[in-house]
Amino acid sequence: MTTDTTMAAVGDKIRCDACPVMCYIKPGAAGACDRYANHNGELVRVDPHIVLERTVEHGGQLVPFQAGGDWDGKIVHQPDIFVTAIGAGTTYPDYKPAPFIVSSEIDGVDMVTVVTEGIFSYCGVKVKIDTDRHLGPETATVRAQGEAVGHVTTGEYGSQMLSLGGVHHLTGGSKKEGRVTCDTLMDLSNRKPVELTIDGGATVVVQAGYPPIVNGVAEERMRVGCGSATIGMFAKQWHGKVDEVVVVDDHITGVLSEHQAGKLLDIPDTGIKMKGRRSTPGRYFQVAEPGTGWGGTKISDPLSVLGPFDPKEARPGLSMLMVSTTGEHATYYELDAALRPVEKEMPRDLKLSVERIQENCEPALCTVLFMGGAGGSLRAGVTDNPVRLTRSVKDALTRVTSGGAPVYVWPGGGITFMVDVTQMPAGAFGYVPTPALVAPIEFTLRLSDYAALGGHMDYVRPLASLKDNAEIRSVPHMPGRRA
Amino acid sequence: MTRRPQIARLADGRRLHLQDGPIDLIVEAKGPEAQLRAAYAAAARRFTGLLDELCAELPELRTAADPVRCALTGVVARRMHAAVAPFAAGHFITPMAAVAGSVAEEILDVMLGATQLDRAYVNNGGDIALHLTAGEQFAVGLVDRPDRHGLMQTITVDAGDPIRGVATSGRHGRSFSLGVADAVTVLAKTASQADAAATIIANAVDLPGHPAIVRCPANELQPDSDLGARLVTRDVGELSAHEIEAALDAGAACARQVLAAGLIEGAALRLLGETVVVGAKAIGAQRSQAVHKAAPRNLIHA
Repeated sequence: MTTDTTMAAVGDKIRCDACPVMCYIKPGAAGACDRYANHNGELVRVDPHIVLERTVEHGGQLVPFQAGGDWDGKIVHQPDIFVTAIGAGTTYPDYKPAPFIVSSEIDGVDMVTVVTEGIFSYCGVKVKIDTDRHLGPETATVRAQGEAVGHVTTGEYGSQMLSLGGVHHLTGGSKKEGRVTCDTLMDLSNRKPVELTIDGGATVVVQAGYPPIVNGVAEERMRVGCGSATIGMFAKQWHGKVDEVVVVDDHITGVLSEHQAGKLLDIPDTGIKMKGRRSTPGRYFQVAEPGTGWGGTKISDPLSVLGPFDPKEARPGLSMLMVSTTGEHATYYELDAALRPVEKEMPRDLKLSVERIQENCEPALCTVLFMGGAGGSLRAGVTDNPVRLTRSVKDALTRVTSGGAPVYVWPGGGITFMVDVTQMPAGAFGYVPTPALVAPIEFTLRLSDYAALGGHMDYVRPLASLKDNAEIRSVPHMPGRRA
Repeated sequence: MTRRPQIARLADGRRLHLQDGPIDLIVEAKGPEAQLRAAYAAAARRFTGLLDELCAELPELRTAADPVRCALTGVVARRMHAAVAPFAAGHFITPMAAVAGSVAEEILDVMLGATQLDRAYVNNGGDIALHLTAGEQFAVGLVDRPDRHGLMQTITVDAGDPIRGVATSGRHGRSFSLGVADAVTVLAKTASQADAAATIIANAVDLPGHPAIVRCPANELQPDSDLGARLVTRDVGELSAHEIEAALDAGAACARQVLAAGLIEGAALRLLGETVVVGAKAIGAQRSQAVHKAAPRNLIHA
């Protein structure tokens, strides 16, 4: 039987010896079989794990949702679904266009051109973009190649959420809209960079696991906190080194001397006059319009958020640090004889405090969660009473994974799940010109439970036997993920 | 290192799945179980080692075919050459252009040599060898929306038709295409002929120099590609209706020549939602039913 597949490196190419074709494979490319590929100099098996109802492939009939008669309590009746692992029993490759596949009896026809199987017409991605910059107003349309592919949704802590895809963009709009949406979802899910333009907002390049690039500038850091929180965190470190600190933030700008944190340190008033709407002492909303400048505002000159200093409190020589919530922008000023702030070189102590803000910011990233519904026919393929499969999933008897990665299954009806695409094997997603995405999904359950479900025990193979025809590659767990 | 192909019946118990390296076959024969078993056993025997046999001559198979002379020795390799030879004078073509159809034919041949079968097919990733005896027929469907339960177009192949091979080529498959066609499906007397012709016709569906078409040297993608540095199509951007028509016309002109030369029975060329049919009464006759969900119920296979 097969030994482990090995390869010899030839320059940046590798030579696959999985079969006698002995393809030379370049980095990022696959061999003639499309089963083995060169991933960063390493030969990997690339067939996705797929658990599918082989509707077309196996008999070509959809399993009726409730085949008739009352449910007799058995979860599985029909032999129309089975559990496969990599490459087992596939017609090649399940997720790629294969122009002609002989199948049987779809509408009385023996052969069909099956372009693929395992299609998610109901799917999309939720994108979290770590940035303070204003990407666009909530509900604004997000476009790729000029086509509407989704919308801006909520602003979260240090992040802007986008919701892309979904059945309306995939199938409800023009043909081009559907195609571009499908491409966008697939590229994002396959961890490729995608340029998105937001109506009335920014252009942002999104790539899962990488910093967002907003209007051509790569975001480095996520904010350490809102402006007010930043004052609270660093007040003690500023105490005695500077008279006033303003942390510029589109949401909540903080002012040290007025803030509770400053009061407790007995920091005297400075006569500073902020624009915007005061919320509580030392906390200001709407000091400027949102944008891609300082702290998510549109300003490039921080002094524009200040009014004139109050001569009753202010004095010449008074020192002030203005800094953004990421420490990316920071300027040091001293008041001149006319109480006007004049930019000066920042003292070393304050530079360190700015660096401390930067150090406390986590790297800004884009995260992409694929969301799809395996709700309808797939369940019907397993059981006459599909809710039982859903319950078995929800009761944790059956674990759902996607390309081996853990998923979050939404409570409620169906099996609607979300998965972090960076935990999945590269290239796990395919598409069909429907347009729709093809994603791997696996159901894992105890053999005894599977037998109890009336599973296809004849087809169950020991894992060791897979070694005969598949490179087994574990999906690494990503440590240190934040809650 | 020994390597054994994957040989197993599919879950339906009727069809046989054979896979070895890049070769992936679905086989189905109609007949009593004993005959099926004999046919499938013969297929499995022949399949084992077949890839090694081809690979032994791989460098020659990847070289441009000579229109007349054939130095190849393997049965399948010689069949590959024979299929591409009629095109070799006018085009760059290597025997590899017919590998899938030739393998399908070979497996079907040994099955028929082992037992009598009323009807059988060997489908090598879309390149299909057919066997039909009197009174039998195949209904072949083209689906453009596989998520829907319906067929775009159907072709009925009767025992009386000369058609015993179906092949599809285009830019989406595993093989590279020099043209822009999404799919060119060819009906021919043999699977190997269909395979070679589909490659040539798909290459001809083209808009040379069009800026929306992204091309790349084949050997930059696969260093040992038989196409060498020839530019293969990677992406097709927006094309106007007029341009789609022009590309399909170019392909159709080529298909008509191949048809006139007696090398094919018909072809369906598809590009960005548009279809052109050449020859093939069988395809044309069914076109009126080319509607989703309209797959006719009376197309019951024999």
